[in-house]
Amino acid sequence: MVGGFPLTIDHRPPTIDRFKTMIVSKQKNLDEILAAMAGDGKVFLIGCAKCATVCKSGGEEEVWQMQEALISAGKEVTGSVVIDEACHMLRAGRDLRAKKEMVEEADALLVLACGAGVQSVSAGTPKKTVAGLDTLFLGNIRRFGQFEQKCSLCGECILTETGCICPVTVCPKGLLNGPCGGMDNGLCETDRENECAWFQIYERLQAQGTTDKLKRTVPQKDFSKMLKPGKLKIER
Amino acid sequence: MTTCLQQKLASGHFVLTAEVCPPKGSDCTEFLEKSRHLSAFVDAINVTDNQGATMRISPLAAAALLAREGMEPIFQITCRDRNRLALQSDLLGAAALGIGNVLALTGDHISFGDHKASKPVFDLDSVQLLQTIKGLGEGLDLAGRAVSGAPAFFAGAAAAPEAEPFPLTFYKLEKKVAAGAQFFQTQAVFDPERLRLFSEAVRPLNVKVIAGILLLKSAGMARFVTSNIPGLKVPAPLVEELESAADPMAAGVTIAARLAAACKPYCDGLHIMAMGREDLIPQIVEAVRSEK
Repeated sequence: MVGGFPLTIDHRPPTIDRFKTMIVSKQKNLDEILAAMAGDGKVFLIGCAKCATVCKSGGEEEVWQMQEALISAGKEVTGSVVIDEACHMLRAGRDLRAKKEMVEEADALLVLACGAGVQSVSAGTPKKTVAGLDTLFLGNIRRFGQFEQKCSLCGECILTETGCICPVTVCPKGLLNGPCGGMDNGLCETDRENECAWFQIYERLQAQGTTDKLKRTVPQKDFSKMLKPGKLKIER
Repeated sequence: MTTCLQQKLASGHFVLTAEVCPPKGSDCTEFLEKSRHLSAFVDAINVTDNQGATMRISPLAAAALLAREGMEPIFQITCRDRNRLALQSDLLGAAALGIGNVLALTGDHISFGDHKASKPVFDLDSVQLLQTIKGLGEGLDLAGRAVSGAPAFFAGAAAAPEAEPFPLTFYKLEKKVAAGAQFFQTQAVFDPERLRLFSEAVRPLNVKVIAGILLLKSAGMARFVTSNIPGLKVPAPLVEELESAADPMAAGVTIAARLAAACKPYCDGLHIMAMGREDLIPQIVEAVRSEK
């Protein structure tokens, strides 16, 4: 029991074996980060042990490298912590309290976590908080260091109808009723390196013998299912 | 309201349409001059909608200017820049301004244009846009609420006869017709045989086919459109023909006129895309017109 919470701590290091999809992020360039902390001499560094670790944008290693970079730039680093899931609001608060003195000594907190992580950190402290990453998308892991967006979190899943290839995401126009006029030999007009989403769907449905699904006109999408900010409370 | 274009196609007239790009700016003098000149040679003028995702004057405004002068516009409306409220409200506006022909398109992706950081909309796709047009004609908006006037548009859609795999595109063509498309204006055709196969395939759909003819102005331009314009591929022999010509523009006109004549048996009309040289359209259509 820690802080009144029963904790089931998984001590395995976060590897790609454990995470098949994640929030993909990349570090902002150092000049931009330094400009955001122009008047701040002392910095406390925060990373995330989950997605940002696998994306190599804010794990132990990147926090260490950032510390070196900040010191070279004349900053004092008061301390650092890599939160196990920075998006977990209670855990983020708890981990910051554990380093209370170092946090309080700092002029600014630099967070190397996704936008959700940055906000759960900043919610727990009145300190100036700086976002060190750009958060990109919910990504599948192709292989180490290679991520691809497959799902747009649209709140109205149609994968069953499309051979489990998402046109909302894989088609740059999110077209629901087939390819646009820019498809060329099964390739996408926006990037000739990419296969057209509808070509992929067509091939998959052909293999499954269910191309009849392509005859159905898909009605206008209900975008109210993805109105922001999303909220979910599981009823028991 | 039945449009002139609709009447001509219904009565079996071989129609000619041409594309005029509205200006980047609010001065429509040249656009109107070009259109007036063209009107003598074509049955309707397509007014493009921020073509290639390059920002220009609203096609609704430009088409209305044509309609005001008694010309016959085809208002091209894409899903790229408008959500379903804006699409419907522009359609109602078009009807109120006397525009009866609409070409419902998805729209080239933002990444091709001059505002690459813009947010692509694509709230609806072209099939759903056609359904929307049909619904308005029946007096209902997409929320199922009544609209006054119930604008009866002559709605068309795009088709790409040379696209591969064709069976995949055909599913969508069927949906477009089911959703209310009464005519297709096709992507530029370079192989009349492909158009013949296309027309055969869509014959059961009972839809008019207006085949696209693109004026190739030079070998360089042919190469440029092949690599930069979605869905356009100029065959190598045509590029060579332009390359070896003493006067590439004249060769381009000859090629376009030749394609127009070869395509004529397989369609209900031709759509000429002259890419700024609309003054040459009379020469391109001369042969097919005189056969009328």
